[in-house]
Amino acid sequence: MRHIMAKSLAPTDGIRDYMTAQEKKSLLRFLTCGSVDDGKSTLIGRLLSDTKQIFEDQLAALERDSRKHGTTGDDIDFALLVDGLEAEREQGITIDVAYRFFATPKRKFIVADTPGHEQYTRNMATGASTADLAIVLIDARQGVLRQTRRHSIIASLLGIRHVVLAVNKIDLVGFDKTVFERIVEDYRQFSHKLGFETIVPIPMSARYGDNVTSRSVKTDWYSGPTLIEHLETVSVDEAAVELPFRFPVQYVNRPNLDFRGFAGTIASGSVSQGDEVVVAKSGKSSRVKRIVAHGGDLNQAVAGQAITLVLDDEVEVSRGNMLVSPAARPQVADQFAANIVWFDEHALLPGRSYILRTETDQTSATVTDLKYRVNVNDFAHEAAKSLEMNEVGICNLSTRAPIAFDTFAENRTTGAFILIDRITNATVGAGMILHSLRRAENIHWQSLDVGKRGRADMKNQRPAVFWFTGLSGSGKSTIANLFEKKLFATGRHTYILDGDNVRHGLNRDLGFTDADRVENIRRVAEVARLMADAGLIVIVSFISPFSAERRMARELMADGEFVEVFVDTPFEECARRDPKGLYARALNGEIKNFTGVDSPYEAPENPEIHLKTLGKSAEEMVEALELWLNERDIAEDQYDAGGGI
Amino acid sequence: MNIALTHLQRLEAESIHIFREVAAAFAKPVMLYSVGKDSSVLMHLAMKAFYPAKPPFPFLHVDTTWKFREMIAFRDQMAQKLGFDLLVHVNEDGVRDNINPFDHGSNTHTHVMKTVALRQALDKYGFDAAFGGARRDEEKSRAKERIFSFRNAQHVWDPKNQRPEMWKIFNTRIASGESIRVFPLSNWTELDIWQYILQEDIPIVPLYFAKERPVVERDGMLILKDDERMQLRPGETVENRLVRFRTLGCYPLTGAIESDADTLEAIVGEMLTARTSERQGRLIDRDEAGSMEKKKREGYF
Repeated sequence: MRHIMAKSLAPTDGIRDYMTAQEKKSLLRFLTCGSVDDGKSTLIGRLLSDTKQIFEDQLAALERDSRKHGTTGDDIDFALLVDGLEAEREQGITIDVAYRFFATPKRKFIVADTPGHEQYTRNMATGASTADLAIVLIDARQGVLRQTRRHSIIASLLGIRHVVLAVNKIDLVGFDKTVFERIVEDYRQFSHKLGFETIVPIPMSARYGDNVTSRSVKTDWYSGPTLIEHLETVSVDEAAVELPFRFPVQYVNRPNLDFRGFAGTIASGSVSQGDEVVVAKSGKSSRVKRIVAHGGDLNQAVAGQAITLVLDDEVEVSRGNMLVSPAARPQVADQFAANIVWFDEHALLPGRSYILRTETDQTSATVTDLKYRVNVNDFAHEAAKSLEMNEVGICNLSTRAPIAFDTFAENRTTGAFILIDRITNATVGAGMILHSLRRAENIHWQSLDVGKRGRADMKNQRPAVFWFTGLSGSGKSTIANLFEKKLFATGRHTYILDGDNVRHGLNRDLGFTDADRVENIRRVAEVARLMADAGLIVIVSFISPFSAERRMARELMADGEFVEVFVDTPFEECARRDPKGLYARALNGEIKNFTGVDSPYEAPENPEIHLKTLGKSAEEMVEALELWLNERDIAEDQYDAGGGI
Repeated sequence: MNIALTHLQRLEAESIHIFREVAAAFAKPVMLYSVGKDSSVLMHLAMKAFYPAKPPFPFLHVDTTWKFREMIAFRDQMAQKLGFDLLVHVNEDGVRDNINPFDHGSNTHTHVMKTVALRQALDKYGFDAAFGGARRDEEKSRAKERIFSFRNAQHVWDPKNQRPEMWKIFNTRIASGESIRVFPLSNWTELDIWQYILQEDIPIVPLYFAKERPVVERDGMLILKDDERMQLRPGETVENRLVRFRTLGCYPLTGAIESDADTLEAIVGEMLTARTSERQGRLIDRDEAGSMEKKKREGYF
């Protein structure tokens, strides 16, 4: 059976009929994944070639490239069709996902060709996140490998329910049925926990085309479909339209005072003019007055459509909120559990603050508890303190503000999020929500009558958190001590949180790994915040080596209250002073994870106060601090006076 | 309920979603308007995305001064008709140095008048997001690019280190000076574009329709003699032939195809029997292997 796209001459007057027929075709998005050299790119090249999607000039270029970079002798190297980056062609590997488009008379396809190397797992996940089916390739000579398992787990976590197990290079094992059956059995054994609805194993040779688009005579023992037959007929309908109505508000369209529309894409369900809808986060309800679209209002709209809704009343709705069905509402919570796939070379650390982004909402979030890491070989749940690149884990998260969501199992659109590094803005992880945590529902903020301002006014001062950061031995404690003495002498109410002291009590359970350092800072920052709330001037004296945590601390405090003080003493000088004898031991290898020696110190880029201590006395440093504090207080008094309260 | 969206409806919704995301998340977006068919579709989608409002961003045309005259006329006509804010940028340094495709070759001309010009314009206005009409089916380095494609402060694309792009959750965060190139048509194919133009009756430059035009055969391509700046080489003659363009760029670098397709239906019909890719008519892709990736890394769209 040949599959040829309608390249035959269509008469011009039949074009509209042809288009109508085209429009009715369904679309299947799938990816190819599996280990390195299992033939993913070759398979896609084969599919494109056999379905006549390669133009003559592209074929000529491919022949040229095959001679230059190819790995298939005199034959055309189809992998070069999809490995579009120079680095890929030079190294003969796939680095990033490529999207390719083809069609048969029955269906349209978007295929994501994803890399097999473990270090590029994040690019495989990118391709998988928008796919409905995964072709998992296996080299018949190799069988099920670690990356086969990792990719299968990630595909499953990302909600893919249909798998084609392509046992490739079957020609290289003599088209042997027993090899095929053994591999299929291995895979089924391993994957039965992954919740795939269909697993269709096909013996094939992507290079020679056996069982790709045409049935191979060399595998007469195989009676199943060819790959293309299966792809053309497999049903993957998720029927998002059958789910409860979810409309994440993306953009408020307000061209003039007479029009206020909420623009977005319907994530699930449908909506009709006159329907009652509820604002997820506030619970306020309203009715749909108009469904606005260019070219005329609609009576009804369904999942997948990008529309603009106008409501009956002036309810408060902004980007990040959701309009939902009143009968079946999403959860609104600030604590939940989720599966997380980690992408970044810097590990996920519990306690560190990340940006959490859903389709339209954004807030900051921390992992409060890394419950376990999943071993990709045997699904074993392993205790872990951090999640390294390409690892998968189950975590509890806490967000700064509540978000509206469904579980990922219920809704692939409203149950997903990404995590973004606060400093590099890199996309560091992807999350699939499992369930909300009950405690978020039960603990509400207690509103208190005596306020922060009142408590500070009684002390006749403005609260502040002076956050001293710098290497061990840089002079933080000495300067902090003297600074507190001076403040105390002028009648200020103060408190020092000292790194060493806090580690004897509140943080005695923490060590010096990156994960523990992050938690150490998180606790101290929270304590400093409470003390500032009580009206105190707090002096925190902590090495606090990571800029991410200092930023987290800054964001906990009110505007202008956090004062980062960089106690800047060169490493050599600190090591020379070595007041506690720690540098000598660390340099000897007796102490592990020592900041500046085998654990990094990220110097502040824009501290409020930069103290260069070399050749200066502690008194001179403290004078600079006092000057800064006095100037701030004068500026704020003037602001208050001008503010006309 | 039986309301499956058609293929074009799905593509349209995805593009509109992308437009709105940028308008909501960026301070100063711009749409690159190159006057071709993809730009026409992009513009149409932008009008739809923000209806009844106008798109909340300007349109920027980087004029190499070598575009077909009909393109420029069409551009000005559309700006007037739709009432969008049109910015035109020309690399004046290139004009002063008389950089042109005939004397300097396509590589230098494209680099100076297009890539550098684009960087100049983005820096001049401080745009933090720029929409482009590139599609993944056009070329193999484009097949690799994200929908939200990060550029550092030097406008450089690092194809080996792209941000993961999960679901429809786009990472729109950038530091000052950095920017994002955004491609709402990523998942459209050339055929989708034509079918959509036909379905929506979108105006396009008349050069896409077959007509008798004065062309010169040069380097295996049919070049339209659009103005007097094109000097004939010995042995060359201008002939009137029935031709049209599958893709539009700078006229000395864009080959016409012989065709009698003078309606949209006929163009779609021709598309279905096409045996060569659309970029075959673009001289700039053939300069050297991986030339598109190289240009893109330097800041070309």
